[in-house]
Amino acid sequence: MGKPDAGLDKERRAFIKKVLNGTVAGSLLLVIPMPIGAATPEIKEQIPGIRGKKWDMAHKRFAFIVDITLCIGCGSCCVADRLEYNVPAGYYRTWVERYLKDFNDNVYVDSPNGGFDGYQTPRADIDVEVRDTFFVPKLCNMCKEPPCVQVCPVGATFKTPDGFILVDAARCVGCAYCIQACPYSSRYLDPFTRTAEKCTWCYHRVRKGLLPICVNVCPTKARKFGDLNDKNSEVYKLLHEHEVLTVLKKDMGTYPALYYKGLRREVV
Amino acid sequence: MDALNFVFPNDLHVHWSMMIVLYPYLTGLVDGSFIVAALYYVFGVKSLKPLSRFSLVFALAFLSCAMFPLMMHLGRPERNQNMMITPSPTSAMSGAGFIFTVAIVLIGLIVLLVYRPTLVNLRLKSKGVMKILYRVLTMDSTNLSPESLELDRKIIKFLVAIGIPVATVLHGYVGFLFGGVKANPSWSTPLMPVIFLFSACVSGISALVLAYIVIKKLTNQPVDLACVRTCINILAGFFILAFSFEMLEVFSHSYLRTWYHHAVEGLLNGPLLYSFWVWQVVICSVLPLLLLGWLCLFKLRASVFKFFAATVSIMLLLQVLLMRWNVVIGGQLMSKSTRGYTQFHPEWFDKEGIITVIVLMGLPFIVLFILSKIFPLWLEEEKASS
Repeated sequence: MGKPDAGLDKERRAFIKKVLNGTVAGSLLLVIPMPIGAATPEIKEQIPGIRGKKWDMAHKRFAFIVDITLCIGCGSCCVADRLEYNVPAGYYRTWVERYLKDFNDNVYVDSPNGGFDGYQTPRADIDVEVRDTFFVPKLCNMCKEPPCVQVCPVGATFKTPDGFILVDAARCVGCAYCIQACPYSSRYLDPFTRTAEKCTWCYHRVRKGLLPICVNVCPTKARKFGDLNDKNSEVYKLLHEHEVLTVLKKDMGTYPALYYKGLRREVV
Repeated sequence: MDALNFVFPNDLHVHWSMMIVLYPYLTGLVDGSFIVAALYYVFGVKSLKPLSRFSLVFALAFLSCAMFPLMMHLGRPERNQNMMITPSPTSAMSGAGFIFTVAIVLIGLIVLLVYRPTLVNLRLKSKGVMKILYRVLTMDSTNLSPESLELDRKIIKFLVAIGIPVATVLHGYVGFLFGGVKANPSWSTPLMPVIFLFSACVSGISALVLAYIVIKKLTNQPVDLACVRTCINILAGFFILAFSFEMLEVFSHSYLRTWYHHAVEGLLNGPLLYSFWVWQVVICSVLPLLLLGWLCLFKLRASVFKFFAATVSIMLLLQVLLMRWNVVIGGQLMSKSTRGYTQFHPEWFDKEGIITVIVLMGLPFIVLFILSKIFPLWLEEEKASS
């Protein structure tokens, strides 16, 4: 009876030693500083000319181009955006509209749940012969003359020198004047923070040389983003070649930095 | 739902709801009653004397409550002082706090100066807390010499004269808050401040006439018919202007038939068909216009005149409320997609709900009641007590 007991004791001792060693080693890992790069490999730079250079905001001129002819209405951009910003249900930083046109030139538009679920089935509520259909992703237009910035009574909505329109949630009083002023309905009042929210073109990512998350996930490259001062960027090439590009609600005089390729006249 | 109806996903919410209907309504009542005071003190319309003091205290009571709806509306009301501390000069809204402060200080000063002889007399007669209060309100001066009263009169005239542009800015500015929103085709018109201003005058004068007749009836005091007649004549003038501009806005655009018209006609003939055309235009504008014509042009018996003066005042108060509703909430029903309309369902117990509206509408009357205990509203009461 004694032998098995002695063996058990040895095993116990060995087990306790292992646990103790593990605990000490684990604690040391928490205490000793480790280089970050070793734990998380750096994501490859997606927008050239940002990393490792002194950030000169005024010299950047970003543009966003949506190619309507490439969008398949999968909703990946909406899903990625909602996950990136934890956007509450019923509010949208970006959304995708579905346009249908019949042979009588009637235009049927819908955007159930902002296109979040993807357009997997045809519209059930209309019974017409569809002549044409296309998808239009929408997001902040980052206007050069932004009405939202103009009307903000406390300067909480502001324009960065590199052209991004952002909201300082710590200053916003939640008056919703900017929401009224935005011709594109890109803004909403967050029901939890009770302040204005909007698409930022993922400013936090761009500052680190990464593309906006919706651009990153778009499977058909319908969403394009880049610096217009970089002559090698896709947006520069698109805007300086023979492509037909236009902006939304041109007559509003807001001069958006969001351009659409292949935009149809039915789109508002 | 109509298959052609498309509302931008973020446009399903009506962000400016009943509080923003109430705010211009309250400031409008202030403006209108101040007009009556200005007509008496600056332009010497003597027949308005019975209402001269009441109109000022009425304006003060409503102005002191005018900011509450805005506070209730703000998502972060605790940051409201940012509008004064960090105002953005490009924003039409950032002037609100400053214009409001100027207006309330000015009307407060006018009330104190107009009431100075009364307050001095009351100070001499009262005891305890009221004596201290009157001492503060009279700035510890009991000088009622003819020279000082003459100086008072000149200062009052000057302050009320300044008050006219201040009151104009106070309300014209509210109209501009809407008129300056280019994103909303039913708001962005240079006529908006003008429409708001004249309708403010209409609502304020109507409120004064109604309150005067009701209070006098309840307290069994005689109504000064000449005063009410003058008010009704002025009311008719302002209402003709207000209604003409409201209709000019609609008809000129419907004649021009630009994109603006096509965007707005669906709204006015669709979701706003009843609240705009039936209620605001036909029931609360055309009918009162006919009634006002009858009251102004025909010699009527005193009792008939009083009854219909009160009736037309109620209708016009409703007209202006409907106008605010149709502009503020109606304007937001149309999505910026210009392809469809959202819906608005008022809640009872919401932060900006119906109960809040009732409380906030009742508040100025409570303030008015308290003020009436300090400032006698009617000259006859004062004569009787002295």
